[in-house]
Amino acid sequence: MQFESFSSFLAMGGYAFYVWMSFAVTFGAMLLLAVGSYRQHKVLLKSVVAEQARQSRIKRARAKTADISPE
Amino acid sequence: MWKWLHPYAKTENAYQLCLTLQPWLWVGALACLLIGSVWGLAFAPQDYQQGDSFRIIYIHVPSAILSMSTYVAMAVAALVGMVWQWRTAYMAMIAMAPVGAVMTFIALFTGAAWGKPMWGAWWVWDARLTSELILLFLYIGVIALYGTFEDKQQGGKAAGIMALVGVINVPIIHYSVEWWNTLHQGATISKFDNPSIAPEMLWPLLVNLLGFALFIAAVTTVRLRNEIIVREMHRPWVVKLAQKGEK
Repeated sequence: MQFESFSSFLAMGGYAFYVWMSFAVTFGAMLLLAVGSYRQHKVLLKSVVAEQARQSRIKRARAKTADISPE
Repeated sequence: MWKWLHPYAKTENAYQLCLTLQPWLWVGALACLLIGSVWGLAFAPQDYQQGDSFRIIYIHVPSAILSMSTYVAMAVAALVGMVWQWRTAYMAMIAMAPVGAVMTFIALFTGAAWGKPMWGAWWVWDARLTSELILLFLYIGVIALYGTFEDKQQGGKAAGIMALVGVINVPIIHYSVEWWNTLHQGATISKFDNPSIAPEMLWPLLVNLLGFALFIAAVTTVRLRNEIIVREMHRPWVVKLAQKGEK
């Protein structure tokens, strides 16, 4: 350990603001990217199911109109 | 020689490959990032000139190096897509673009936060900084160009050409510190025969470099799967996958 105490570790030799801001923004950005990608995955799967339901609704509706108007 | 690669041109196989690799990449990335960052922040010795502010190097250098490597990987994917007509390669290209853009942003941001205490300025129009900023614009350009196309097949080709043309910027970034008289310091670790950094400082840097690389790979697998779902929405295997709920 390069620092004598935890508070001196936090102080970063007077550069606390720059060092901790850099690390916070870096890992914050990486976390956002990862979480965003997984969230997008969920949304996409839902939209695939919704699209499939829409297609089958259209198919059923077409079949019905074909039944009603046979002439 | 490259025959093993061919099955992965099929999106279903590529999707499965991503799923298999993903957990290992995440575990490796988290472990390396944790070890490298704690090591670099708490255990690496102080710099004799820059004091503790130099510890920003442990995120600045990996993100900067990998912002360029990711760009090259993206351009290689575009080239593969063009030459062998692999749609999957274009999908990989577009999956990587936002990841590379985030890396470039991190490199620029941590550079500014390091420049302020050391140079006295958040930003200077120095060759290294400016060319890295252009890299960010190239990434944004590729993403935006792809987004303007309704037909993703066409969009992939257009964005691919842009990615390929932009490769010219990568050597410019790398050699900017030699070609021009810059405020930015010269290369530290790319001189493998004689790195100008003490080994106690170098090791955590290499661990974090690996951690960032694994992180990029892990997020890319997630994003590539997303891209495949978007492009293959009507394929039976995608529909089945979505109806099964998850995975």
